[in-house]
This record gives sequence, structure tokens and C-alpha cells, in this order.
Amino acid sequence: MAPKFTKCMLLCCSAKVSQKEEDSMGSESYEEAIAALSKLLSEKADLGSVAAAKIKQVTAELEAAAADPTKFNPVKRIETGFLHFKKEKYEKNPDLYSALAKGQSPKFLVFACSDSRVCPSHILDFQPGEAFMVRNIANMVPSYDKKKHTGVGAAIEYAVLHLKVENIVVIGHSCCGGIKGLMSIPDDGTTATDFIENWVSICAPAKTKVKSECTELSFLEQCNNCEKEAVNVSLGNLLTYPFVREAVVKKTVALKGAHYDFVNGKFDLWNLDFQISPSLAAV
Amino acid sequence: MGNFFGRNQSFQMDTQSAEVGVEEGPNKIFISQQQVVDEEVQAKVEMLIAELHGTKHHPPNDPDAQKLDHGFHFFKTNIFDAHPEYFSELAKGQSPKFLVIACSDSRVSPSVVLNFKPGEAFVGRNIGNMVPQFDQLRHTEIGAVIEYAVKSLEVDNILVMGHSRCGGIERLMTLPDYTQTYDFIDEWVKIGLPAKKKVLQEAGDLPFAEQLTLCEKESVRNSMVNLLSYPFVRNAVVNGTMIVRGGYYDFVNGSFEQWKMCTH
Repeated sequence: MAPKFTKCMLLCCSAKVSQKEEDSMGSESYEEAIAALSKLLSEKADLGSVAAAKIKQVTAELEAAAADPTKFNPVKRIETGFLHFKKEKYEKNPDLYSALAKGQSPKFLVFACSDSRVCPSHILDFQPGEAFMVRNIANMVPSYDKKKHTGVGAAIEYAVLHLKVENIVVIGHSCCGGIKGLMSIPDDGTTATDFIENWVSICAPAKTKVKSECTELSFLEQCNNCEKEAVNVSLGNLLTYPFVREAVVKKTVALKGAHYDFVNGKFDLWNLDFQISPSLAAV
Repeated sequence: MGNFFGRNQSFQMDTQSAEVGVEEGPNKIFISQQQVVDEEVQAKVEMLIAELHGTKHHPPNDPDAQKLDHGFHFFKTNIFDAHPEYFSELAKGQSPKFLVIACSDSRVSPSVVLNFKPGEAFVGRNIGNMVPQFDQLRHTEIGAVIEYAVKSLEVDNILVMGHSRCGGIERLMTLPDYTQTYDFIDEWVKIGLPAKKKVLQEAGDLPFAEQLTLCEKESVRNSMVNLLSYPFVRNAVVNGTMIVRGGYYDFVNGSFEQWKMCTH
């Protein structure tokens, strides 16, 4: 029988990872938990059968986890990840982190793909406080639309007007599934996904350009070109936001495009340059 | 970190500019813009676009570009080149076990805070780490992230990660604000209204700062519930192949707590 959902949630297995040492998350806690649960079952004979079954199930899970330490444990993975950060970074840089706690003043707004392999904290060595980040499928910036694209609009608005970032960087990457999806949408426009194909169609102009200019290239080479052209489409779309346009014209914000190639270990970076003719400025 | 500012070093990366194709994009300024655009600004932009179709050149002195290049060089030298097998495997495909929804805040990158390595976590980041309800018109950005993670990558876990001093939550709790209006921010943070309502009902007498903390966590729970409005999420959770989790990073006190959604 399929489990039912109600609006309220059971919030269980809460773990606060501030005082616990990493070592204590070992088999002792499992054994203690199992002992406590067994005691509860034996003492409360009148416990409802549902509750008892649930406790038995949790007990079995705990025993399984204790028996096979190689099995991936997401709770523990998150805990140890945080403890590593806390010990190696947070506690070693108290001045930085106490200053950051008061406020952030990043110089960069970065658009990067959600792909697990391309986090700008890794590939560009951004430290906490340096880059305000938006991550979505294929690092796309849609054009200004108060109905359809409030998420991206809010991030750009906050970064430009409130944080006053000085650079907006859009970073594409190799083997991008979103771009491949865009390039794979059939010519008749039929889609098979709830969101993905609709979303990646933001950069349809890039696909059009690549398909018409790179006819001699293989599909994968076309995708690689499209990854870069799509960055340029997104940079152009940034100009449809009045607050971006104004900042760019005033030269308080620079737009940059980039492409990370993790097959060859390369990083391309380019600027969007603007020249303002003096005669028009006198209008 | 080493010193990468020596002029004798040759960086194995390209900093060439590319000709920017902006045929479609900026034209949209003039087609789809519904509000009145300052004519002087518009004229300047038209001129800029004409210039864009011209020659490529790279500005001689751009410290921000240099910072990006140096950052990549650090990664390439110390991480990418140091683990060639790991990265060549990763280049063939990714199989992360987590989808993480985190805030765009520069202080809360999950890669840093939870020590995720390349390949471990598929990440969506937006203002206030919010997940709105399923909406194919208004919320394709987050919908696409979740859809790809669940259907294509088949992640085992979705973690919605909130944090302290969140500007998005603060804005939500400050509304309505008649002194300052935004094109997008207010509309976006209203996704968290159910969380705000709950906090005001249950803790309306507490100081504002404490209400903010409560709302930061309640908004995570609200987003976790909203995840279930996506059929592909619901199916995976019901089938037992995926768990929805919540987390809260407190960078004031240096703590992290996590919880999970149980099915019953």
C-alpha cells in the first residue's frame, strides 16, 4: 500500500552538528539507539502495533547501517562535510567569518550550470563572500519577464541594485546536458519534458546560429559551439534588464562570458566591450 | 595557495575575446519592453550593439578578469591536474547523489560549507533557496533543475539548505514596504508567505531577529512541502528511491542542522 501524504510533515532524524565530534558518529551511537528502542518495545507492551512496527523498521535500518559501514549514508555525509568545513576553514579564519556574518559584498554575480562538476567555488577558487551565484540548467539568463522569470530577475536585481556587484559572469561548460537537450529538440518543436525543453529554449537563437553556420561539424562539435554561443545569448539577455543596462552604460558593471572545458582542462574568458560614441551622448 | 602573480609563469588557458553574437538578444529590448525606456539610454545601447558586431579585443588592464584566470589556474594546478583519473571519469558523466537547493548568497556555497567535491552535488541556487509549487508558466527555472536531477540523474536526495541572515527572508518578513518596490524581488520571496504566516501566528510576540531565524527554517520546510507538488518528486519519494531533506547553516554560530521528511 502506497504511503499517504498529508500537508504536515514528520520532522525526524534531526541532527545538530555543532558540538558533536566526528569520531562519536560511530557504531556506539547505533548500539545505544538499538538498546533504547529494544527497551522501549519490551516496556510498553501496550504500544500500538503501528508504532511498534515503525520502531522495528528503524531498528533494522540502524542495524543494517552499523553492519555495513561501506553503505553510503547521506546524513553522515552531510555531517562530516560540514565538520570538515568548520574545522579547516570556519575556525581557521575567525576574522573573515565574523566579518562575513555581518554582511556580504561580493564583486561578482556568477551564472553557472547546476552540473555537479562545474561549481565556481571549485573551478575558480571563489572564497566565501566573493561571488553571488545563480545556478540553473545550462547557466541561462532569460530576457526580462516579470511573469515567467521572477527567479532570475530577483537574483540579478538583488545583485545589481542591493549588493552593487561589479561583474556579471556567465559560465558555460563542456558536455552540458542542457545544451545537448536544446540541440536535440526536434524541428517540429515537440517536447517530452515538463520544464527542461521549455527552459533551454531560452537560448534557441544560439542553436539556430550554430545549426546554420556549423553544418560541417558533428553533432557533439555543434553542441560545444552552442555552449559558447548560448553564453553570448545570455549576455545579450542581461541587457534587457533596465538596471543592468544602466549599470553597463555607466560602466559600473562589466559583463563577461566564459567556458569551462573539463575534458581538456581549459578556461576561456571574454569581455563584452562597449564603446559609446560621443556624438550620441550629447543627445 | 601559492603565489600566481609571477610574470614568468605561462598559464595554460585562453583569454581571447570572441565575437559576441547579439543579434537576437538585445533586439528584444525594443520588442518586448513594455515599460517606458529612457530614450537617451536606449540610443546609447543601440550604438553599443552596433559596436559589438565589430572587432575583437581584450582590455589590457582588467583585474577582475585576472582574478578569474588566477582562480582557475589554482584549481587546474592543485586539483584538476593532481587527480587526472578522477576528472577523466567525471568528464564521461556525472552521478551525484544529491540535488541541493541553496541560496545565491556568496557565503553559503554548498561545495564549501558541506565540502562537496566535483561530481557529488547537483546544485540549484536562487534568492532564499526557495522551491515554488509546480508551475509550468512561472517557474520553469527551478522546475527544470528538479526535473533534470530527478528524472535524468536519479538523485537519491534533495536537500533544501537555508541559512542565517538571509536577505530574501528578511525582505519577505519586511513586506509590505511602500518605500521601496522592486520589479522581481518581492514577487519572488512571496513564495515563502506560508512560512511567514506560520511564524507570525506562532511567534508573533518574539523579537524580529528571532522571527527571521524561525522563518529561515520554516521557509525550508515550506519548500520541502512544495517539492511534493512535482509529480516526479512525489513518485520517487513514494517509491522510496528518494528522500527530501532540509538543512540550516548558521554562519553566526558555526553550526549546521539537518532533518528529513518522513513518509507515513
